[in-house]
Amino acid sequence: MRVSEVAAKTGIEIVTKSFNDIEVANGYTSDLLSDVMGFAEEESLLITIQAHKNTVAVASQLDLAGIVICNGRKIPEDMRLAAEQEGIAILQTEENQFVTSHKIYSALRE
Amino acid sequence: MPHRFPILSEDSADKVPSLTMEIIFRLKVKDAMMTSLWTATKKHTFREIQTVMRDNEISGVPVLDDNRLVGIVSVSDIINALDSGHIEEPIEAYMSKQLIVLEDDMPLSFAVSYYNKYPYRRFPVINKNKEFVGILTTKDVLTAILNEMNNEINILENQLHHDKVELPNQIIREYIIKQFDFEKAGQASFKLKKLLKEKEVSRKIIRRASVAAYEMEINVAIHSNGGKITFVLEKDSITIITKDTGPGIADVAQAIEEGYSTANDWIRSLGFGAGMGIPNTKRVSDEFKIESEPGKGTIVKSVIYLEETDESQ
Repeated sequence: MRVSEVAAKTGIEIVTKSFNDIEVANGYTSDLLSDVMGFAEEESLLITIQAHKNTVAVASQLDLAGIVICNGRKIPEDMRLAAEQEGIAILQTEENQFVTSHKIYSALRE
Repeated sequence: MPHRFPILSEDSADKVPSLTMEIIFRLKVKDAMMTSLWTATKKHTFREIQTVMRDNEISGVPVLDDNRLVGIVSVSDIINALDSGHIEEPIEAYMSKQLIVLEDDMPLSFAVSYYNKYPYRRFPVINKNKEFVGILTTKDVLTAILNEMNNEINILENQLHHDKVELPNQIIREYIIKQFDFEKAGQASFKLKKLLKEKEVSRKIIRRASVAAYEMEINVAIHSNGGKITFVLEKDSITIITKDTGPGIADVAQAIEEGYSTANDWIRSLGFGAGMGIPNTKRVSDEFKIESEPGKGTIVKSVIYLEETDESQ
Protein backbone atom coordinates (compact mmCIF):
# COMPACT_ATOMS: atom_id res chain seq x y z
CA MET A 1 0.00 0.00 0.00
CA ARG A 2 1.39 3.36 -1.01
CA VAL A 3 1.79 6.36 1.28
CA SER A 4 -1.12 8.15 -0.40
CA GLU A 5 -3.34 5.09 0.02
CA VAL A 6 -2.48 4.79 3.72
CA ALA A 7 -3.34 8.47 4.10
CA ALA A 8 -6.65 8.06 2.28
CA LYS A 9 -7.60 4.95 4.24
CA THR A 10 -6.79 6.38 7.67
CA GLY A 11 -8.00 9.90 6.94
CA ILE A 12 -4.62 11.32 7.90
CA GLU A 13 -3.66 14.44 6.00
CA ILE A 14 -0.52 14.68 3.87
CA VAL A 15 1.08 18.10 4.25
CA THR A 16 4.05 17.90 1.89
CA LYS A 17 3.25 19.15 -1.58
CA SER A 18 5.46 16.60 -3.28
CA PHE A 19 6.84 13.25 -2.11
CA ASN A 20 7.84 9.84 -3.35
CA ASP A 21 4.65 7.82 -3.10
CA ILE A 22 6.37 4.54 -2.29
CA GLU A 23 5.02 1.29 -0.92
CA VAL A 24 4.84 1.35 2.85
CA ALA A 25 6.48 -1.76 4.27
CA ASN A 26 5.90 -1.18 7.96
CA GLY A 27 5.47 1.35 10.74
CA TYR A 28 7.59 2.47 13.66
CA THR A 29 6.37 4.52 16.59
CA SER A 30 8.90 6.43 18.62
CA ASP A 31 9.76 9.93 19.77
CA LEU A 32 13.34 9.04 20.36
CA LEU A 33 15.21 9.63 17.13
CA SER A 34 18.20 7.64 18.34
CA ASP A 35 15.85 4.71 18.81
CA VAL A 36 14.39 5.25 15.34
CA MET A 37 17.92 5.36 13.96
CA GLY A 38 18.68 2.06 15.61
CA PHE A 39 15.58 0.08 14.86
CA ALA A 40 13.17 1.50 12.27
CA GLU A 41 13.00 -0.59 9.12
CA GLU A 42 13.33 0.98 5.71
CA GLU A 43 10.15 2.07 3.93
CA SER A 44 8.39 2.39 7.27
CA LEU A 45 6.10 5.19 8.28
CA LEU A 46 7.52 6.90 11.35
CA ILE A 47 4.82 7.81 13.87
CA THR A 48 6.12 10.50 16.19
CA ILE A 49 5.68 13.93 17.75
CA GLN A 50 9.19 15.06 16.83
CA ALA A 51 8.20 17.84 14.44
CA HIS A 52 11.55 19.29 13.40
CA LYS A 53 14.06 19.15 10.61
CA ASN A 54 16.28 16.51 12.18
CA THR A 55 13.44 13.99 11.95
CA VAL A 56 13.59 14.42 8.17
CA ALA A 57 17.33 13.84 8.24
CA VAL A 58 16.83 10.60 10.15
CA ALA A 59 14.00 9.49 7.86
CA SER A 60 16.11 10.21 4.83
CA GLN A 61 19.14 8.33 6.13
CA LEU A 62 16.95 5.32 6.83
CA ASP A 63 14.93 5.49 3.59
CA LEU A 64 11.70 5.76 5.51
CA ALA A 65 8.43 6.09 3.58
CA GLY A 66 7.15 9.05 5.56
CA ILE A 67 6.74 10.83 8.87
CA VAL A 68 3.40 11.00 10.67
CA ILE A 69 3.30 13.90 13.12
CA CYS A 70 0.79 13.28 15.91
CA ASN A 71 -1.12 15.40 18.41
CA GLY A 72 -1.52 18.11 15.78
CA ARG A 73 1.98 19.35 16.43
CA LYS A 74 2.90 22.27 14.26
CA ILE A 75 5.19 21.45 11.38
CA PRO A 76 7.90 24.07 10.95
CA GLU A 77 8.37 25.43 7.46
CA ASP A 78 12.02 24.35 7.28
CA MET A 79 10.96 20.80 8.15
CA ARG A 80 8.35 20.70 5.39
CA LEU A 81 10.80 22.12 2.85
CA ALA A 82 13.52 19.64 3.84
CA ALA A 83 11.05 16.78 3.47
CA GLU A 84 9.92 17.97 0.05
CA GLN A 85 13.52 18.19 -1.02
CA GLU A 86 14.16 14.65 0.16
CA GLY A 87 10.90 13.34 -1.31
CA ILE A 88 9.69 12.20 2.10
CA ALA A 89 6.00 12.55 2.90
CA ILE A 90 4.94 14.30 6.07
CA LEU A 91 1.50 13.45 7.39
CA GLN A 92 -0.25 15.22 10.22
CA THR A 93 -2.98 14.13 12.59
CA GLU A 94 -4.67 15.50 15.70
CA GLU A 95 -4.64 12.05 17.26
CA ASN A 96 -1.94 10.64 19.50
CA GLN A 97 0.69 8.05 18.63
CA PHE A 98 -1.30 5.16 20.11
CA VAL A 99 -4.42 5.75 18.04
CA THR A 100 -2.42 6.65 14.95
CA SER A 101 -0.32 3.50 15.21
CA HIS A 102 -3.48 1.42 15.46
CA LYS A 103 -5.02 3.06 12.40
CA ILE A 104 -1.91 2.65 10.29
CA TYR A 105 -1.30 -0.89 11.53
CA SER A 106 -4.87 -1.85 10.60
CA ALA A 107 -4.59 -0.23 7.18
CA LEU A 108 -1.35 -2.03 6.42
CA ARG A 109 -2.57 -5.41 7.66
CA GLU A 110 -5.91 -5.36 5.88
CA MET B 1 38.97 65.29 -13.55
CA PRO B 2 38.69 61.99 -11.68
CA HIS B 3 35.57 60.10 -12.50
CA ARG B 4 33.63 57.76 -10.31
CA PHE B 5 34.02 54.12 -11.02
CA PRO B 6 30.56 52.63 -11.31
CA ILE B 7 30.07 50.15 -8.47
CA LEU B 8 27.04 48.71 -10.13
CA SER B 9 25.56 49.91 -13.34
CA GLU B 10 23.89 48.21 -16.26
CA ASP B 11 27.15 47.47 -18.05
CA SER B 12 29.25 46.66 -15.00
CA ALA B 13 26.72 44.25 -13.54
CA ASP B 14 27.86 41.31 -15.59
CA LYS B 15 31.47 41.88 -14.56
CA VAL B 16 30.66 41.48 -10.87
CA PRO B 17 31.20 37.90 -9.68
CA SER B 18 27.87 36.11 -9.51
CA LEU B 19 28.22 35.19 -5.82
CA THR B 20 28.55 38.88 -4.94
CA MET B 21 25.54 39.67 -7.12
CA GLU B 22 23.56 36.94 -5.43
CA ILE B 23 24.52 38.26 -2.01
CA ILE B 24 23.52 41.85 -2.70
CA PHE B 25 20.20 40.68 -4.10
CA ARG B 26 19.60 38.32 -1.20
CA LEU B 27 20.55 40.70 1.60
CA LYS B 28 18.05 43.34 2.60
CA VAL B 29 18.80 46.87 3.68
CA LYS B 30 17.71 45.89 7.18
CA ASP B 31 20.33 43.15 7.30
CA ALA B 32 23.09 45.70 6.87
CA MET B 33 21.86 48.96 8.38
CA MET B 34 22.92 50.40 11.69
CA THR B 35 20.13 50.57 14.21
CA SER B 36 21.96 51.85 17.25
CA LEU B 37 22.31 55.53 16.50
CA TRP B 38 22.47 59.06 17.74
CA THR B 39 19.41 61.03 16.75
CA ALA B 40 18.40 64.64 17.23
CA THR B 41 15.22 66.70 17.38
CA LYS B 42 14.52 69.92 15.52
CA LYS B 43 15.16 71.93 18.68
CA HIS B 44 18.78 70.88 19.01
CA THR B 45 21.41 73.40 17.95
CA PHE B 46 24.09 72.73 15.40
CA ARG B 47 26.65 73.09 18.20
CA GLU B 48 25.05 70.31 20.22
CA ILE B 49 25.02 68.05 17.20
CA GLN B 50 28.57 68.96 16.30
CA THR B 51 29.63 67.87 19.81
CA VAL B 52 27.85 64.53 19.44
CA MET B 53 29.42 64.00 16.02
CA ARG B 54 32.89 64.84 17.27
CA ASP B 55 32.68 62.78 20.45
CA ASN B 56 31.29 59.74 18.67
CA GLU B 57 33.15 60.07 15.40
CA ILE B 58 30.03 60.07 13.29
CA SER B 59 29.32 62.03 10.16
CA GLY B 60 25.55 62.34 10.11
CA VAL B 61 22.72 62.60 12.61
CA PRO B 62 19.08 61.95 11.64
CA VAL B 63 16.49 64.36 12.99
CA LEU B 64 13.32 62.74 14.32
CA ASP B 65 9.89 63.97 15.25
CA ASP B 66 8.40 61.05 17.18
CA ASN B 67 9.45 58.15 15.00
CA ARG B 68 9.23 60.17 11.79
CA LEU B 69 12.34 61.24 10.02
CA VAL B 70 12.17 64.96 9.34
CA GLY B 71 15.72 65.78 8.40
CA ILE B 72 19.35 64.95 8.61
CA VAL B 73 22.38 66.93 9.73
CA SER B 74 25.63 66.08 8.02
CA VAL B 75 29.19 67.33 8.42
CA SER B 76 28.65 69.71 5.51
CA ASP B 77 25.62 71.21 7.28
CA ILE B 78 27.86 71.84 10.30
CA ILE B 79 30.50 73.45 8.10
CA ASN B 80 27.83 75.65 6.51
CA ALA B 81 26.56 76.60 9.96
CA LEU B 82 30.05 77.59 11.05
CA ASP B 83 30.54 79.50 7.82
CA SER B 84 27.27 81.42 8.03
CA GLY B 85 27.39 81.92 11.77
CA HIS B 86 24.26 79.98 12.78
CA ILE B 87 26.12 77.26 14.66
CA GLU B 88 24.41 78.12 17.98
CA GLU B 89 20.93 78.13 16.43
CA PRO B 90 18.37 75.30 16.34
CA ILE B 91 18.82 73.12 13.32
CA GLU B 92 15.19 73.23 12.18
CA ALA B 93 15.58 76.09 9.71
CA TYR B 94 18.77 74.83 8.09
CA MET B 95 18.88 71.04 8.13
CA SER B 96 18.60 69.05 4.91
CA LYS B 97 14.94 68.21 4.47
CA GLN B 98 15.09 66.87 0.95
CA LEU B 99 15.80 63.34 1.95
CA ILE B 100 16.55 60.33 -0.15
CA VAL B 101 15.57 57.34 1.93
CA LEU B 102 15.75 53.60 1.61
CA GLU B 103 13.15 51.13 2.79
CA ASP B 104 14.31 48.37 5.11
CA ASP B 105 12.86 45.63 2.89
CA MET B 106 14.70 46.72 -0.25
CA PRO B 107 17.47 44.43 -1.45
CA LEU B 108 20.97 45.71 -0.81
CA SER B 109 21.52 45.94 -4.57
CA PHE B 110 19.08 48.82 -4.52
CA ALA B 111 21.15 50.64 -1.94
CA VAL B 112 24.32 50.05 -3.94
CA SER B 113 22.71 51.66 -6.97
CA TYR B 114 21.71 54.63 -4.79
CA TYR B 115 25.35 55.23 -3.95
CA ASN B 116 25.95 55.53 -7.68
CA LYS B 117 22.99 57.75 -8.27
CA TYR B 118 23.36 60.22 -5.40
CA PRO B 119 26.36 61.94 -3.89
CA TYR B 120 25.50 60.83 -0.33
CA ARG B 121 27.47 58.25 1.63
CA ARG B 122 24.65 57.46 4.00
CA PHE B 123 20.93 56.97 3.61
CA PRO B 124 18.28 57.01 6.31
CA VAL B 125 16.15 53.87 6.33
CA ILE B 126 12.42 53.78 6.98
CA ASN B 127 10.03 50.87 7.34
CA LYS B 128 6.71 50.19 5.66
CA ASN B 129 4.94 52.51 8.11
CA LYS B 130 7.33 55.32 7.18
CA GLU B 131 8.96 55.13 10.60
CA PHE B 132 12.67 55.74 10.87
CA VAL B 133 14.51 52.50 11.62
CA GLY B 134 18.20 53.04 10.88
CA ILE B 135 20.99 54.38 8.72
CA LEU B 136 22.86 52.65 5.95
CA THR B 137 26.40 53.82 5.25
CA THR B 138 28.80 52.48 2.63
CA LYS B 139 30.73 50.92 5.49
CA ASP B 140 27.64 49.00 6.60
CA VAL B 141 27.13 47.70 3.07
CA LEU B 142 30.74 46.55 2.84
CA THR B 143 30.61 44.91 6.26
CA ALA B 144 27.39 43.07 5.40
CA ILE B 145 28.73 41.83 2.07
CA LEU B 146 32.02 40.71 3.62
CA ASN B 147 30.23 38.90 6.45
CA GLU B 148 27.94 37.15 4.02
CA MET B 149 30.85 36.20 1.76
CA ASN B 150 32.59 34.83 4.79
CA ASN B 151 29.54 32.69 5.58
CA GLU B 152 29.38 31.48 2.01
CA ILE B 153 33.04 30.56 2.06
CA ASN B 154 32.54 28.68 5.32
CA ILE B 155 29.72 26.73 3.74
CA LEU B 156 31.81 25.97 0.68
CA GLU B 157 34.73 24.90 2.85
CA ASN B 158 32.46 22.55 4.73
CA GLN B 159 31.26 21.04 1.50
CA LEU B 160 34.65 20.73 -0.12
CA HIS B 161 36.69 17.72 0.66
CA HIS B 162 40.22 18.68 1.36
CA ASP B 163 42.84 17.49 -1.02
CA LYS B 164 43.79 14.33 0.76
CA VAL B 165 46.14 12.02 -0.97
CA GLU B 166 44.02 9.22 -2.28
CA LEU B 167 45.48 5.87 -3.08
CA PRO B 168 44.28 4.10 -6.20
CA ASN B 169 40.83 2.60 -5.64
CA GLN B 170 40.31 4.90 -2.69
CA ILE B 171 37.94 7.82 -2.27
CA ILE B 172 38.34 10.17 0.67
CA ARG B 173 35.85 12.82 1.77
CA GLU B 174 36.22 15.10 4.72
CA TYR B 175 33.71 17.49 6.29
CA ILE B 176 33.81 19.92 9.17
CA ILE B 177 31.25 19.54 11.96
CA LYS B 178 30.48 22.49 14.17
CA GLN B 179 29.31 22.30 17.75
CA PHE B 180 25.51 22.43 18.16
CA ASP B 181 25.04 23.00 14.44
CA PHE B 182 21.82 21.07 14.10
CA GLU B 183 20.97 22.95 10.95
CA LYS B 184 23.79 21.24 9.11
CA ALA B 185 24.24 18.11 11.18
CA GLY B 186 23.58 15.20 8.91
CA GLN B 187 24.87 16.87 5.77
CA ALA B 188 28.09 14.86 5.68
CA SER B 189 26.09 11.64 6.05
CA PHE B 190 23.85 12.76 3.19
CA LYS B 191 26.92 13.21 1.03
CA LEU B 192 28.23 9.80 1.99
CA LYS B 193 24.92 8.23 1.12
CA LYS B 194 24.95 9.90 -2.27
CA LEU B 195 28.50 8.79 -2.94
CA LEU B 196 27.72 5.19 -2.01
CA LYS B 197 24.66 5.23 -4.24
CA GLU B 198 26.78 6.47 -7.13
CA LYS B 199 29.23 3.66 -6.49
CA GLU B 200 26.32 1.21 -6.55
CA VAL B 201 26.97 -0.12 -3.09
CA SER B 202 24.12 -2.37 -1.92
CA ARG B 203 21.20 -0.71 -0.16
CA LYS B 204 21.73 -2.64 3.06
CA ILE B 205 25.33 -1.52 3.31
CA ILE B 206 24.37 2.07 2.46
CA ARG B 207 21.82 2.02 5.25
CA ARG B 208 24.32 0.76 7.79
CA ALA B 209 26.91 3.29 6.70
CA SER B 210 24.27 6.05 6.85
CA VAL B 211 23.30 5.12 10.39
CA ALA B 212 26.93 5.02 11.53
CA ALA B 213 27.84 8.28 9.78
CA TYR B 214 24.76 10.12 11.02
CA GLU B 215 25.14 8.99 14.63
CA MET B 216 28.84 9.82 14.62
CA GLU B 217 28.20 13.20 13.06
CA ILE B 218 25.44 14.04 15.54
CA ASN B 219 27.66 12.92 18.41
CA VAL B 220 30.38 15.34 17.40
CA ALA B 221 27.81 18.16 17.08
CA ILE B 222 26.22 17.37 20.45
CA HIS B 223 29.11 16.42 22.67
CA SER B 224 32.29 17.95 21.32
CA ASN B 225 33.63 21.41 20.67
CA GLY B 226 33.47 20.56 16.99
CA GLY B 227 35.54 18.38 14.73
CA LYS B 228 35.56 16.65 11.41
CA ILE B 229 34.27 13.51 9.81
CA THR B 230 36.20 11.55 7.21
CA PHE B 231 34.94 8.85 4.89
CA VAL B 232 37.36 6.49 3.23
CA LEU B 233 35.79 4.31 0.59
CA GLU B 234 37.92 1.41 -0.55
CA LYS B 235 37.37 -1.64 -2.68
CA ASP B 236 36.01 -3.76 0.13
CA SER B 237 35.16 -1.38 2.95
CA ILE B 238 33.94 2.01 4.00
CA THR B 239 35.69 3.59 6.96
CA ILE B 240 34.10 6.46 8.87
CA ILE B 241 36.25 8.45 11.25
CA THR B 242 35.30 11.39 13.46
CA LYS B 243 37.93 13.45 15.19
CA ASP B 244 36.99 16.22 17.54
CA THR B 245 38.88 18.84 19.46
CA GLY B 246 37.60 18.01 22.92
CA PRO B 247 36.58 17.81 25.67
CA GLY B 248 37.20 14.05 25.51
CA ILE B 249 35.46 11.20 27.30
CA ALA B 250 36.52 10.40 30.85
CA ASP B 251 35.16 6.86 30.88
CA VAL B 252 34.94 5.33 27.43
CA ALA B 253 33.56 2.01 28.71
CA GLN B 254 30.66 3.86 30.29
CA ALA B 255 30.03 5.95 27.16
CA ILE B 256 29.64 2.83 25.05
CA GLU B 257 26.93 1.49 27.37
CA GLU B 258 23.41 1.88 26.08
CA GLY B 259 21.47 4.55 27.93
CA TYR B 260 24.45 6.49 29.18
CA SER B 261 24.44 10.09 28.01
CA THR B 262 25.69 13.48 29.11
CA ALA B 263 23.42 15.36 26.71
CA ASN B 264 21.45 18.35 28.00
CA ASP B 265 17.65 18.69 28.09
CA TRP B 266 17.49 20.73 24.94
CA ILE B 267 19.20 18.01 22.91
CA ARG B 268 17.05 15.36 24.57
CA SER B 269 13.92 17.28 23.63
CA LEU B 270 14.91 16.89 19.99
CA GLY B 271 14.93 13.13 20.42
CA PHE B 272 18.67 12.68 20.69
CA GLY B 273 21.02 12.22 23.61
CA ALA B 274 19.47 9.02 24.87
CA GLY B 275 22.75 7.21 24.98
CA MET B 276 22.00 5.19 21.88
CA GLY B 277 24.29 6.84 19.35
CA ILE B 278 27.37 4.80 20.12
CA PRO B 279 25.49 1.48 20.54
CA ASN B 280 23.66 2.17 17.24
CA THR B 281 26.95 2.85 15.50
CA LYS B 282 28.58 -0.20 17.03
CA ARG B 283 25.71 -2.43 15.95
CA VAL B 284 25.99 -1.50 12.26
CA SER B 285 29.79 -1.57 12.21
CA ASP B 286 32.01 -4.54 11.41
CA GLU B 287 34.86 -2.87 13.27
CA PHE B 288 34.43 -0.18 15.89
CA LYS B 289 36.90 1.73 18.02
CA ILE B 290 36.86 4.76 20.32
CA GLU B 291 39.96 6.49 21.55
CA SER B 292 39.62 9.42 23.87
CA GLU B 293 41.73 11.54 26.10
CA PRO B 294 40.03 13.93 28.52
CA GLY B 295 40.97 17.49 27.74
CA LYS B 296 42.10 16.60 24.25
CA GLY B 297 39.51 14.92 22.11
CA THR B 298 37.94 11.78 20.82
CA ILE B 299 38.50 9.68 17.73
CA VAL B 300 35.79 7.27 16.69
CA LYS B 301 36.32 4.81 13.89
CA SER B 302 33.74 2.60 12.26
CA VAL B 303 34.49 0.18 9.44
CA ILE B 304 31.77 -1.46 7.39
CA TYR B 305 32.65 -4.20 4.93
CA LEU B 306 31.06 -3.89 1.54
CA GLU B 307 30.62 -7.63 1.37
CA GLU B 308 27.63 -8.58 3.50
CA THR B 309 28.77 -10.56 6.55
CA ASP B 310 26.64 -12.90 8.61
CA GLU B 311 27.23 -11.26 11.99
CA SER B 312 25.90 -7.87 10.94
CA GLN B 313 22.24 -7.06 10.57
